[in-house]
Amino acid sequence: MRISTTNVVKYAIAVIFVAGVILSRRFGFAPGIAAGRGSRDFLLEMATFLPLMFVLVGLFDVWLPRKLIEKHVGSGAGIRGSVWVILLAMLQAGPLYGAFPVAHLLWKKGCSTRNIFIYLGAFATMKVPMLTFEIGFLGLRFSLLRTFITLPVFIAIAVVMEAVLRSKGLVVLDPADERKE
Amino acid sequence: MLILTIGAVFASLLFDRRRTWAGIRRGLGMFLGILPDLLVVLIAAAALLALTPESVMVRLLGKGSSLAGIAAAAIIGSIALVPGFIAFPLAAVLHRNGVSLDVIAVFITTLMMVGIVTLPIERKYFGWKIALYRNGLSFAGALAVGLLMGLFL
Repeated sequence: MRISTTNVVKYAIAVIFVAGVILSRRFGFAPGIAAGRGSRDFLLEMATFLPLMFVLVGLFDVWLPRKLIEKHVGSGAGIRGSVWVILLAMLQAGPLYGAFPVAHLLWKKGCSTRNIFIYLGAFATMKVPMLTFEIGFLGLRFSLLRTFITLPVFIAIAVVMEAVLRSKGLVVLDPADERKE
Repeated sequence: MLILTIGAVFASLLFDRRRTWAGIRRGLGMFLGILPDLLVVLIAAAALLALTPESVMVRLLGKGSSLAGIAAAAIIGSIALVPGFIAFPLAAVLHRNGVSLDVIAVFITTLMMVGIVTLPIERKYFGWKIALYRNGLSFAGALAVGLLMGLFL
């Protein structure tokens, strides 16, 4: 695998940050310690969800036939297709950037533009693991109200995105491919 | 999620070992492709959040419902990147300190749907134009959610 220089710089930033946090702890530099503690949660969230998510995406990529996706969530699938992508999104967990590789996969397999953006909207706002958290901290009434108000809003966003992209079409790349070229 | 993944890997192994490894390799290749960008973004976001105390957030969002509070919530929520298991406890603390629920709804919705610090990642998948469109529309959508919440709460 070829490693580009910009990636070396990015990894170097991460290493310098970790070194900075370690030095901060050693010498009691409070902001450094706080930044270290904060980033631990962020990195934990990424490390727990993302590798799993990518393994699943990779497996789906080799197993799911394009025809199947195209038929159920493609442009001819209608409202049933949108319901499918919302259910798929609700069952998942993790941060929104974890949904982008899934969007790439859906696109590659023939999912419609509208359903890709409905998927992203549902992933952002309606994941069940996240909703349980929301109900716990902000109450059932708030969470249900927010969910049912957000649902039509992100569907509207998806419809607008579809209209914007009607002439040019949507392309969802895989950044790993970009690097190889 | 872990159980689901392990289950999928085993089911896949039962059917076809070579295809399974190809799938796993492809998935992890995609992961390594985006990892360096993710690390930088996460470090920047975490440092930013850690250096902003909750009292500052409460002051910016204001007590009670106001348009200024909604605007501040939308801007902070768009810029910040906060994992869900930190965002909701934080929102609860803000609410206890007097920030109104419609402001919190805008804050949470922009946090979830709009990601300015993750734009460098999003554009690698969608390109700048679509990423900006999606985030811009989501920003407007989050404001609409907040205003509607204000009507119902």
